[in-house]
Amino acid sequence: MTVLAPERIEERLRVRFPEAAIRRQTGEAVRDVTLYVPADRLVEICTFLRDDPELDFAMLSWIAGVDWLPRDPRFEVVYGLLSLSRNARITLKVAVGEENPRVPSVVGVWPTADWHERETFDFYGIEFAGHPSLTRILLPEDWVGWPLRKDSPLGYEEVAFTHNTPGRILPDPGLKKLAPKKVRYRAH
Amino acid sequence: MTLNMGPQHPSTHGVLRVALELDGETVVEARPMIGYLHTGMEKQAEYKTYTQSIPQTDRMDYLAPMSNNLGLCLAAEKLLGIEAPERAQVVRVLLTELTRISAHCVWLGTHALDIGAMTVFFYCFREREKVLSIYEQVCGARLTASYFRVGGLAMDIPEGFLDRCQKFVDEMPAHVNEYEKLLSKNPIWLARLKGVALLSKADAIALGATGPVLRGSGVSWDLRKAQPYSGYDQYDFEIPTGETGDAYDRYTVRVQELRQSTRIAAQAIQKLRQLGGKGDYRLRDYKYVLPPKEDVKTSMEALIHHFKIVAHGFFPPVGEAYQAIEAPKGELGFYLVSDGTPRPWRMKVRSPSFVHLQTLPSMIRGRLVADVITAIGSIDIVLGEVDR
Repeated sequence: MTVLAPERIEERLRVRFPEAAIRRQTGEAVRDVTLYVPADRLVEICTFLRDDPELDFAMLSWIAGVDWLPRDPRFEVVYGLLSLSRNARITLKVAVGEENPRVPSVVGVWPTADWHERETFDFYGIEFAGHPSLTRILLPEDWVGWPLRKDSPLGYEEVAFTHNTPGRILPDPGLKKLAPKKVRYRAH
Repeated sequence: MTLNMGPQHPSTHGVLRVALELDGETVVEARPMIGYLHTGMEKQAEYKTYTQSIPQTDRMDYLAPMSNNLGLCLAAEKLLGIEAPERAQVVRVLLTELTRISAHCVWLGTHALDIGAMTVFFYCFREREKVLSIYEQVCGARLTASYFRVGGLAMDIPEGFLDRCQKFVDEMPAHVNEYEKLLSKNPIWLARLKGVALLSKADAIALGATGPVLRGSGVSWDLRKAQPYSGYDQYDFEIPTGETGDAYDRYTVRVQELRQSTRIAAQAIQKLRQLGGKGDYRLRDYKYVLPPKEDVKTSMEALIHHFKIVAHGFFPPVGEAYQAIEAPKGELGFYLVSDGTPRPWRMKVRSPSFVHLQTLPSMIRGRLVADVITAIGSIDIVLGEVDR
């Protein structure tokens, strides 16, 4: 098993896609090799990463969405790739805007992306163009909203008061006021 | 004809629903439908500190709580750039291997029960019970362990713990022989498992299978060997693999893993004995890890650190990390994104069961309904982890 250096992966990609804006994510605590790739070249890049004999990223390990509200572009779709033969991992990131969030689907490259993309759609409302059946997976079909977006509340049902419950029957104002009950204290 | 199998069917191991398109007894198409146990753990994690998320992880793969704890703790440690002391690492290895034994015992027992071999269930649960008692001794809980912490362990191992583990490890090989005697050459078992629920090597990789499912299909891939964590490179063990990728191969792989895990656990006990009775079970880096209780009572600084970590948690640097471990079911990964606050900006759980369930349709297409039971059993899913 030859060890694949992360720099080598980046180099191979740059040679193959010289015009694409591939950028390495830098930061003090970015612990994995993470590359930003443009959404319109994603499928090509993924196919290359899978089929290139030197890289051989045969497995897509996971897909995650991240909501960076209030940053622009707001969303990121993160792909965790794994090469079994080279024993290497790489993380790809695609930035997605808030308006009409859309990313090309990679189901054609790795069939395992099917459920991962459905999950990301379910949580963030990010559409994956070309996905065979993009429906909700973990939440009920009739769920409204995208729960993992940062502007979606954690949950819990609001306590019902008259002011927030339309159609709630208010007490009749003409009703006679009850006189407070007299309490008699008895010595023990 | 369309038939709904589940979500209350006993052999779906929880609340899985599979919509089966049938032609007589033959499955034309199968669509697993999940989400009945979804509790929004990833959302909740964004409102909790890293330590507060540890009990959440117990409830994902509830048959292997310690492995889930380890996954989160290692991911947080990677993000922080720290490493647990050696003693803690060895205890983690010992307990996660015992967890693997107990998880595989539950799998074997219930899988055999689904197929119709009742006896095995009682044998397997006998051993699982012993592991649960070991859990109880070490952390007080039998199922929801929450024993590991970022930077080490919640507390040191109790007295007599190693002897108890040693006794279990000594007895285990004979028990595995018992299971094998009941099943490995049993004609009914062979008829129900051999050549059933086939998953080819190429399909397994394309569908993202890991763990025993991938190894059953003949790929020698184990994160403990390939990308070692917690000092797994110092242990001597083998990776069992199958050949054809049928349900029987996955059975043999898991049974062999019971033996290998016993081997690793025995080596871990040996290591702990060499390390002696006392030692650091938690990192002494009080920016991230709670100081020992006795220090809190005697040192002002320790008290301040204790207060700060309990009150609002530790502050990781801005960044992100993905750490995967070889859980009993396959690759369990945690992807943590930190914005510098004590709560993760995002916690993504890559659970093996979720990915493995996708392989089900390709395993049972064109097979009989009875094989669906075998297939679901042989994948080894836990719905708590699928739905999270």
